Amino acid sequence: MSDSSEKFNISIDGIECEANAGELIITACDNAGVHIPRFCYHPRMKPVGMCRMCLVEVSGPRGMSLAPSCYLQVAPGMEIVTDSEKVKKAQDGVLEFLLINHPLDCPVCDKGGECPLQDQTLAYGPGESRFVESKRHWAKPIPLSDLILLDRERCIQCGRCIRFAEEIAGDPMIDFMSRGETIEVNIFEENKFTSYYSGNTVQICPVGALTATPYRFASRPWDLEQVESTCMSCANGCRMVVQSSQDKLIRNLGIDSDPVNQSWLCDKGRFGFTANQSDLRVTVPLASNEEVSWKSAIDFVADAIKQAVDSTGPESVAIIGGSRLTNEDAYCWSKFARSVIGTDSVDAQLGDGLAPELVLGLPKATIDQACKAPLVVLVGPDIREEAPILFLRLKDAATNGQTKLIEVTPNATSLSKYATQSLFHRPGEQHVVISALVSPQELKPPTQGAPIQPVAGVDVDDITLARKLIQENKDAVFIVGRPSMADSEEILTESVSQVVANMSEAKFLTLLRRANTHGALDSGLAPGCLPGRTTLDLGKEHFTKIWGKVPATKGSSCTEILQKASRSELKVLILLGADPIKDFPSKKLALSAINSDTKIVSITAHMNDSAKLSDVVLPATMFGEKAGTTTNFEGRVSSLGKKVTAPGQSWDDWAIAVTLAMRLGGDLGFNSLEDISEEMEKYVPLYRNLKPHIWESSAQKDGIVLPITGESVKPRWIDPIATPGISSLTHHRVALRDSNDNTLELDTGKTSEFQVLRFEPHQGDLKIPTLDAYSLRLMAPRRLYDAGTHDGPASATEELPSILNLNHYDLDRIGASTGDRVKVVSSTGEHVSKVALDDSIAKGTALIWFNLKANGDEIGASDLIGVGELVTDIRLEAI
Amino acid sequence: MARFTTENLEKASEIISLYPEPRSALIPLCHLAQAQDGWLTPEAIGQIADLIGLSPAEVKGTASFYDMFHTEQVGEYLVGVCTNISCMLGGAYELLEHCEDRLGIRCGQTTKDGKFTLEEMECMAGCDGPPCVTVNYRYFLGLDNSKFDQLVDDLESGRLDEEVPKHGTVFRNARQGGLRANKGEGQTK
Amino acid sequence: MSIPKIVTSRLGFDDSFTMDRYIKTGGYQALRKALKAKPEEIREEVTTSNLLGRGGAGFETGRKWSMLRPNPVRYLVVNGDESEPATFKDRMLIERDPHQLVEGTLIAAYAIQATQAFIFIRGEFALGLERVINAVNEAYEYGAIGENIFGSGFSIDLVVHPGAGAYICGEETALIESLEGKRGFPRIKPPFFPAAIGLYGDPTVVNNVETMSNMPWIVNNGGAAFASLGEGRSTGTRLFALSGHVNQPGNYEVEMSKSTFRDLIYNPEYGGGVRRNNQVKAIIPGGASAPWFGPDQLDLALDQDAVAKAGSMLGSGSIIVMDEETCMVRAAWRIARFFHRESCGQCTPCREGSGWIDRIMRRIEDGYGREEDLDLLMDACDNIAPGVSWPPAQTTICVLGPSIPSSVAWSIRMFRDEYLIHIKEGGCPFR
Ligand SMILES: Cc1cc2nc3c(=O)[nH]c(=O)nc-3n(C[C@H](O)[C@H](O)[C@H](O)COP(=O)(O)O)c2cc1C
Ligand code: SF4
Ligand code: FES
Repeated sequence: MSDSSEKFNISIDGIECEANAGELIITACDNAGVHIPRFCYHPRMKPVGMCRMCLVEVSGPRGMSLAPSCYLQVAPGMEIVTDSEKVKKAQDGVLEFLLINHPLDCPVCDKGGECPLQDQTLAYGPGESRFVESKRHWAKPIPLSDLILLDRERCIQCGRCIRFAEEIAGDPMIDFMSRGETIEVNIFEENKFTSYYSGNTVQICPVGALTATPYRFASRPWDLEQVESTCMSCANGCRMVVQSSQDKLIRNLGIDSDPVNQSWLCDKGRFGFTANQSDLRVTVPLASNEEVSWKSAIDFVADAIKQAVDSTGPESVAIIGGSRLTNEDAYCWSKFARSVIGTDSVDAQLGDGLAPELVLGLPKATIDQACKAPLVVLVGPDIREEAPILFLRLKDAATNGQTKLIEVTPNATSLSKYATQSLFHRPGEQHVVISALVSPQELKPPTQGAPIQPVAGVDVDDITLARKLIQENKDAVFIVGRPSMADSEEILTESVSQVVANMSEAKFLTLLRRANTHGALDSGLAPGCLPGRTTLDLGKEHFTKIWGKVPATKGSSCTEILQKASRSELKVLILLGADPIKDFPSKKLALSAINSDTKIVSITAHMNDSAKLSDVVLPATMFGEKAGTTTNFEGRVSSLGKKVTAPGQSWDDWAIAVTLAMRLGGDLGFNSLEDISEEMEKYVPLYRNLKPHIWESSAQKDGIVLPITGESVKPRWIDPIATPGISSLTHHRVALRDSNDNTLELDTGKTSEFQVLRFEPHQGDLKIPTLDAYSLRLMAPRRLYDAGTHDGPASATEELPSILNLNHYDLDRIGASTGDRVKVVSSTGEHVSKVALDDSIAKGTALIWFNLKANGDEIGASDLIGVGELVTDIRLEAI
Repeated sequence: MARFTTENLEKASEIISLYPEPRSALIPLCHLAQAQDGWLTPEAIGQIADLIGLSPAEVKGTASFYDMFHTEQVGEYLVGVCTNISCMLGGAYELLEHCEDRLGIRCGQTTKDGKFTLEEMECMAGCDGPPCVTVNYRYFLGLDNSKFDQLVDDLESGRLDEEVPKHGTVFRNARQGGLRANKGEGQTK
Repeated sequence: MSIPKIVTSRLGFDDSFTMDRYIKTGGYQALRKALKAKPEEIREEVTTSNLLGRGGAGFETGRKWSMLRPNPVRYLVVNGDESEPATFKDRMLIERDPHQLVEGTLIAAYAIQATQAFIFIRGEFALGLERVINAVNEAYEYGAIGENIFGSGFSIDLVVHPGAGAYICGEETALIESLEGKRGFPRIKPPFFPAAIGLYGDPTVVNNVETMSNMPWIVNNGGAAFASLGEGRSTGTRLFALSGHVNQPGNYEVEMSKSTFRDLIYNPEYGGGVRRNNQVKAIIPGGASAPWFGPDQLDLALDQDAVAKAGSMLGSGSIIVMDEETCMVRAAWRIARFFHRESCGQCTPCREGSGWIDRIMRRIEDGYGREEDLDLLMDACDNIAPGVSWPPAQTTICVLGPSIPSSVAWSIRMFRDEYLIHIKEGGCPFR
């Protein structure tokens, strides 16, 4: 709460104890192990002192008086009494008041059994009700959105949901209406509560007033089983509890992991389990879309690989994908590709990510470090659309005044209103702006006395101010990601080069979109990379020793793989949980690759567009159905929990690799998951000390940032009422203790058998073509909910049509207005699309959200994006 | 419909300029909207939200805290009968019964022709002339049954049009700006 | 010595609210005089006068001003929300002498060196709003508000802010929230004492309309002259709003401490006696929030401390008289119902307790009471205001909470028999 480290003594129930200046009384009591009942107070939000449940007696100028412990701060010498008759009477009274209008429908209430109101009534409340009047009545559940329902009769007006929406999410779409006894939570007319974060309100509601449609009446708390896990909906890696009933996933709850998600989840992650039950699940192996046995499917794939290797060499087999895998899966596949097939053409990313040397080779910052940095520079996309919880953390840091934020983006983002400076640049010219910001030279006019021209469309004054901030904060954290699928990844690499060359103290958070991309890259699922953040060249010797063999030369990237396939130079393409048709920036290339004579093997949980066109489809287990570890974009490893059995004949990805290897006459040496992690720990320095009993131990639930340094974390008490439903987590946490609570001995012996990758800035020479007067430059940013490989049906947002958005100037120029259809021509394709007005878009640019569901004459951005082009320019013609 | 007229939009920005922070203008802007439309329409709420940088839910939530704002249509005349202690001692409940009979509606209802809405009020600070009746917040003190009937007649016939503007108009004069106006930052009168 | 009319001097004139009349009767002379003095000199005069706040809490105005946290920005907010049942003095001052209020406000603003001032007027005061807005507009034109007032170098903006119907906005921190455009949820004290953290987080003085209306006289005549009236801490005159079963309800300005409740009720110049020459059964001093008095306390002086010592308060200066024909259950119920309707809804005990108490009281009045209801009522009151004593303790944020028990608990204590008759006879004996 407070930065001040000042400590003083207070007394709680007559016992002297130490408290920190600025701390709330309730926190001091929590720390002293004295529990005070509460409803409205939530440790992650500002207190409001409304419910009056937490009243205690506090000494003040006028003697002892009742005061809300959640609101007042401790003061030196303060006397606090939490158990006097007066306090008990007050608590008793508040509970009785809360219950008089409460429907007491606990037997049919989803919260029954894990309800703070129920629990605290048992512990502190009156024996029986003296209320004989008729209760207040409201119409039964009203929908606040398609996902969230509100039963106002159960509401106790604590305001947690409203405060969350406003204070934490910045989406004040719900509020108190009316006054006094008739006060109610509600939305405005038809404006639904379509926040990406709406599910959190259900989680923190201390009664059963807010419920989410996927869980309603699905189970009772005592029928639930749960396991701790890490969300795999994006690469933020939020810690969550996965709950099931009768072998079916039915609820996810956010864990208060201090360094990561601080108890929040986005709706995509929270309701992501519905994807496990999707109709699109693949449950049996398929060959030519016919069900086959695993044996014949494996035979088919192995034969195809063998034939390819024998006839055209190992590089004619390639693998795309890996971000859906666990770290262990990824390691296993990496080993399989290199040592059994002999190919280095593996790429976990689909041309839509970051160059591996950025992810693996830059000096890293954690989320916490970014949120405590004096300056954060965001170079890339709208973070809310890519990593929604990182957005919450940054918003919090920026609004608390801890952190200044500069964003360098093509157009306004959800963070813009919290940013100190927003530099909106012409798409494709990000590196020009970055260069102006970080280079030691100030902007100069072209000739003496002439005005300085805007930089890539950014006002000179804005550049000057931002530049000053950056120059004053050389230790700034840069958060880098892809702003648009229409810009080549080289542009970002060039920007990063500029920063590294000029700011040696800068740290980076590399924004990856799909869940375990970092883990896959750490395991070497990228051409020229080997496990442990090293390159083929640097690690060849080491891995030849442990794996037997590794390829001699660097293989192909995803783009090159697809190009080879479309030229029929590739024999076998394995899609490891990847759907290039949807996710690769250029659909034209992806389609021609998949439609070529290359044999396509899709290992997937869902029947996606690419799988439909594959020769063989192998059903894989997914999140919630398998154990292991995953690595978020900080490089933080945390555990995944297996909660349910996978449907049908789905196999774990590692097991598929092991079986294929066996069939090809190789032996990966793995019979279990443990075998894999053991090898990783033993031979890959990055994973040194990372043993299952450590990541499984309660001490390490927040995950471990690699490489392990042994830094210890402060113990922390978790308020059970902050996240009703996961009461088992109320323990103190001490870093680096094993499951027997022994301090972990770090094996610091052999640190580096080989060198790791370091990003080397290169003198870039990008020639961004100038935009001609008749063209528009395309922006294709991504949204949180898209038509990508995860097809969780629970979308909180209305589906957006995939249309071309323009500002009014350009719309006028082609003589069109919203809803009109126009012809769109790029160097890659020609399409007809509807247009819409959006004046937040700069003149001369057009925006199509990447990968939304494009149907009818709506156009997908990937129809327009070409391969190998730095930017995508389009022309419009009225029809 | 029910968006601010151009003239009122100008007034709205004048009002906002009176305050150090735009949100402070919330109540005055709701009054302005009610003066224009007679009640607080959803459109007006949306527009006020835009003007002061809040969400419509926040504007509606705040406005609905206050008794004077009606988020549903009310009659042209809001007849309020105070029944609080002093007026009750002066026979307010008996008068209220008569009002219900005379208007043919119960408290909280609006007559079919949309002319009258009847409300039971809390103390209106008219305790020196109980029972205190207000029509669109114009005071009529010391009424008995027949004086009330006369009042209704007068309202229906338009004899009181000057004295009692239609519902929503609380005050008819504009507030002056002051320093900000002098410095040319705000409105000019 | 005849007792001066301090705040009601102009009310004899039909045009008392006009600028014309105001100037003719010495208006804005006090402001001119004040602006020639140093701000601290004005503050000194007000401290000397010992003017107690007229809004309800009766805090010394001079002392309140001296507690302002030093800050470049300071606000003065005048509380014209007057909604306490049976209180109607501010409405009269607002409607009938708006310039006096404006002048008083300006004097106070100068004295505390405010950077902006607001007059918050209850939204239902349509006429009052028009009159004060006019007065302010006229005062701007007259040069009494705005930049460099009367060439003194002092500048200030004065904004009239309309409320919108919520009793709780009379509570000073709720009023500040409301002025910030929020719902009128009172803030928690500590830490939100307006003098430290007020409007927009800056130090703020909140004073009542009547308090402000006293300023011109104090500046013109000196604080000592004011202090020479009344007795002890209760100095000057005070407006009492007399209502209920008296022959002449109305506002009466009387010297503090020198008269008694009986004087006020029976003096032909004031209340003129009880209707039908009935006996007084109970009076409620100080607004609906105050504990009740019986006829045995009629001879108590109208003195803040004396009334407090007797277990109630002068509060907002209203006095409700109830005669022998009054049903005490019904009276107490109606007040309970008021608090139920006006609770802001933040605090559980107030939000839920007020509704519960309202319903029980209603049930008793309607003849469906049970004997145990009386203990239940007292216990519910105790859960809102532990101890149910005066001055009250509270389990709530603001003192609206502990105001709920006042009428209920004191009527039960004073008229338990009458409750029991309701319960035994299954209905109200007065109907
Ligand atoms: C529930 C409640 C309602 C109040 N209503 C009013 C009111 O209508 N007018 C008023 O001047 N003070 C009211 N007060 C008192 C104010 O909080 C504050 O004490 C007063 O305005 C200070 O002014 P003064 O010092 O000049 O008396 C109320 C207090 C409470 C707790
Ligand atoms: S006591 Fe009542 S009115 Fe006061 S803050 Fe609490 S709920 Fe609101
Ligand atoms: S008032 Fe402290 S927890 Fe609600």
